[in-house]
Amino acid sequence: MSYAADATGLVLASLARLITGTQGHWKGCPPTAQQRIYFANHQSHFDWVLIWAALPRELRATTRPIAARDYWTSSKLKGWLTAAVFNAVYVSRTRTTPDEDPLEPLVDALAGGYSLVIFPEGTRSNKGEPQAFKAGLYHLAQQFPEVELIPTWIDNVQRVMPKGEVVPVPILCTVTFGEPLRLQQGEDKRAFLDRARKAVLAQRPMTEPA
Amino acid sequence: MNTAPVVNFFRRLAALSADQQVSLLFAILFGLLALISIGGLLYSLKDREPDKRRDDNWRQFSRDLKALWFGSIMFWIAWVSGPIGSTLLFGVFSFLILREFVTLMHTVRADHRSLILAFFVVLPLQYLLVGTRRFDLFSVLIPVYGFVAIPVASALAGDPKRYLERNAKIQWGIMVCVYGLSHAPALLLLDVKGYEGRGAFLLFFLVMVVGVGQIVQEVASRSVRSRPVARRISRSFSLRAWWLGLLAAAITGMLLYWITPFKVGQALVMAVVAAGAGTLGGLVMKALKRDAGVIYWGNRSSITGAIGLLDRAAVMCFAAPVFFHSVRWYFKVSL
Repeated sequence: MSYAADATGLVLASLARLITGTQGHWKGCPPTAQQRIYFANHQSHFDWVLIWAALPRELRATTRPIAARDYWTSSKLKGWLTAAVFNAVYVSRTRTTPDEDPLEPLVDALAGGYSLVIFPEGTRSNKGEPQAFKAGLYHLAQQFPEVELIPTWIDNVQRVMPKGEVVPVPILCTVTFGEPLRLQQGEDKRAFLDRARKAVLAQRPMTEPA
Repeated sequence: MNTAPVVNFFRRLAALSADQQVSLLFAILFGLLALISIGGLLYSLKDREPDKRRDDNWRQFSRDLKALWFGSIMFWIAWVSGPIGSTLLFGVFSFLILREFVTLMHTVRADHRSLILAFFVVLPLQYLLVGTRRFDLFSVLIPVYGFVAIPVASALAGDPKRYLERNAKIQWGIMVCVYGLSHAPALLLLDVKGYEGRGAFLLFFLVMVVGVGQIVQEVASRSVRSRPVARRISRSFSLRAWWLGLLAAAITGMLLYWITPFKVGQALVMAVVAAGAGTLGGLVMKALKRDAGVIYWGNRSSITGAIGLLDRAAVMCFAAPVFFHSVRWYFKVSL
């Protein structure tokens, strides 16, 4: 990593702090250097930056986001941001050959000892509750049983920058990390994904007035 | 009783320059705070049986003391850094409490542009006006121009749902967190005739009378048995405690009259006005919190990441504008 990339990362993290006062709430697990997959609800492009800012600095270097190759390499700046600053793992949304495994880059990253942040809904949703999870999380859990799966809830971020707006509004956000989830012996794919989704939802803080 | 030494002492004090007097003020303030903190530390080291009521009181006391330290240090920084520094400092402070306020107000998508206007146009403009001492425009910017601009931005967003309610919330937030608080640095910069360069004393006077009034009211509402006026809003706010708070503020104001441009009687009235606005403002804030469903803004369980600044600043946000405009009106300071 170059100095410019390091500095940009720090600036982005402090910008996120200034605007959202982002706080990590480690409810179910301590912030340790264990290999992990954080899976979270996805509401805006800002989500990754929030998690990044909520992680302690030591963990940022070993934690990588996932980025769609077609979108995030379409310009030089986007490519530099994702590659140099965030060390993102690129995935393709479309298969070039029928037998290409879209999860392969993720598997490589996990095998390399990195922690990952994934948004298993696959796309941003702007209705309060997350949509059904895609199967990727299940396959990764099968292949890497020793990696901790951390359900993560990002709160309030949709109010900071709704889809289609460019200037963020300062509103306090939180990132809540829950207890590690495990794939149980012989657990069905659908059942596991539902359980994972519920675990993410369970981290949602109760701020709605009664 | 021989009063000559006392009179002499005050004469010597009066002979000091404004800067020297202010330095002395800070030396006394921090000295007192240090004494109280050391006393508190010694007290907390003593071994005794656990007692829930006393522990609660103790926790409340430490919270207040911490807030006092924080406030005093802010005050000192504001003073040493001059007009630019103090406006910047209070501006940042306003930003933080407005952020807290807006977080709990459940804004919707269509409010986005109005919020941007509030945070990035109205707030900096207000503090720019304070810093440049344009007090005439400063006192009407938000109530007049902001009052029109915010609903326009909101209407242009094109969402009629709960339009009035949403706008009222944003207007309110700006009035309390920006307009209200911006009067604190304004006091530092207000030039009362024959009292130039001593704005720090005015702010100090305000903070002291409001703080004493608030603390005495809190203590009184715990120890004096009395019926709460509005049980569903605040269980502790009773008329008797409120009167006691005002009385304490009045006495404090009288004792401090010599650092202000007021005479004894004026100081008393000003103290009552400021403390009254502050303590009643505290009650209003409590009602607002009940409405939003939180106990205090810094409530950890509410996980908004709020750090409870608003809780501490709210009383000041109500007291400062009332005090500022009373002083200005009474001394006919031209804007």
